[in-house]
Amino acid sequence: MTDRILKCHPGIGPVVEGRALVADDNFSARYDLDRIKGVFSRPQHKLAGQSYVDVILVLNTAKGGVASAWMLYEMKSRRIAPKAILFNAANTILVQGAALAEMAMCDRFADGDVTKLIKTGERLRVDPEQGQVTVLQDA
Amino acid sequence: MKLNDMEKAMLAGEMGEPRRWAMDHMIKVGRMFDAADLVPVSQVHMMADPESIGEAGADFMAKMAAHPEKDRRVAVPMITDPRGVDLNYYRPLGQSEEMAALERRFITACEKLGILMTDTCINYQTIMPPVLGDHVAFGDTGVVIYCNSVLGARSNFEGGPSALAAGLTGRTPRYGLHLDEKRRATRRFMVKEQPKGLTDWGVLGAVIGRMAGSYWEVPVVEGIENKPTSDAMKHFGAAMASWGSTPLFHIVGVTPEAPTLAAVGGDKLTAEPVQKSDLDALRSNFGGKGDKIDIVVFAAPQLSIVEMQQVADLVTGKTLAKSTAMIVCTSPAVYADATRMGLVANIEGSGAKVLQGTCFYQQYAREIGEANGWKRLLSNSAKIVNILGGYGYQPALASMEACVASAVAGEIV
Repeated sequence: MTDRILKCHPGIGPVVEGRALVADDNFSARYDLDRIKGVFSRPQHKLAGQSYVDVILVLNTAKGGVASAWMLYEMKSRRIAPKAILFNAANTILVQGAALAEMAMCDRFADGDVTKLIKTGERLRVDPEQGQVTVLQDA
Repeated sequence: MKLNDMEKAMLAGEMGEPRRWAMDHMIKVGRMFDAADLVPVSQVHMMADPESIGEAGADFMAKMAAHPEKDRRVAVPMITDPRGVDLNYYRPLGQSEEMAALERRFITACEKLGILMTDTCINYQTIMPPVLGDHVAFGDTGVVIYCNSVLGARSNFEGGPSALAAGLTGRTPRYGLHLDEKRRATRRFMVKEQPKGLTDWGVLGAVIGRMAGSYWEVPVVEGIENKPTSDAMKHFGAAMASWGSTPLFHIVGVTPEAPTLAAVGGDKLTAEPVQKSDLDALRSNFGGKGDKIDIVVFAAPQLSIVEMQQVADLVTGKTLAKSTAMIVCTSPAVYADATRMGLVANIEGSGAKVLQGTCFYQQYAREIGEANGWKRLLSNSAKIVNILGGYGYQPALASMEACVASAVAGEIV
């Protein structure tokens, strides 16, 4: 198997590598997370109970309020944060938060629904400036 | 992104480090959304409660505030969303001195930047409503959706950092709802069941928000037979924004950009009915008759003076059940009026508490819930019941009248 390259709209933040945590669900730092424990806490969320720390989240879109912008920065400062978030469609808040937190974020994938293009556990390299996510072949 | 000479000077640091940071931040965000340039804004509203900002956010603001006044002073009027701590009433809620200290530190920094501490999410009812076509940079999704939709102003959802950047520069990247083409309807909904009270409006907004489901969808709504009040639009929009991340709606014949369906392009879309069953399905997630309740909350959005009177009329002369608390959140401006008019005394005479300048879900909801044993929560806000599940509550939804009656009975009536 070879590495698989997914093209997306140019994003924000640094180049990062990490494991994917994928769900066909949405994201709000305020509504969905226990930010002290570093887990998804809203019972209805498809990732409820799972840790988001140091993974690359792959989700559908952002929802809810503006608090997530400060929260990404706050989470990153305590190092209880995802390495990157990939969306089908980001909203303004998450992009603004990623800009302050210097967190990698990309959206609008050329090949369709990113929550179907990537599977949980796959190793990814996210290059926001190039608008490119590489699904790495595991050694 | 195309910049004029002044913007280039700010980016080069010639007008101080805060404005250099602000320009850099806006360019990063603007690039991701393909903004061609920046658009001047008339005013800014920033969400920044201490639970969201944490020590990191307070440190960030303190650094901004340490710059010389000419470099740090905001360029346009800038106001604030609700705080997380009512500094006149936080120990009884179980909020800590650390939380209050963080709050004080952040407020001090904001004041040094010339930010007006209005501490409200109903600025469009109480401070300075924007006008049709007015470009602004507002935080709080409820504020944005109301001002975009009901007033015809132009704002994206601006998180705290971006609102700050807009305040420092008097500009914001021109993308999203600043552009005519992004304000055209993309989904068309036909209402089949007329909303009657504020909670009905909230439920309708929640259902449409959930159906629309994205920041980039613009619902146009038909079938509304009566002109809604400002409070009705407030609950409708706040719930839609909460459930759908939706920043703009049109109601044909009500909101200023939609005198007709065709004016927003809705005539080219297929109408999707919103049935009574859709509304009932959403309500069914939130509590049932006979369930015990620990706390009733009126907030999200903060109450207008009219809502304060409505709550006061319902609770005056009654006593809340010993097992049930009631919290009412309003803005400092409305609180002062409501105190002068005797409404606060009437509400608190029942055993309830009125807080000023906060909103329940923004004030360490998890911690105050745990400190007070509040888990089963009842509210008339379709927004707050959506939020608080993630904070360890079991939220239930009812009309204002039923909420008060339930607080007296100690269970959902």
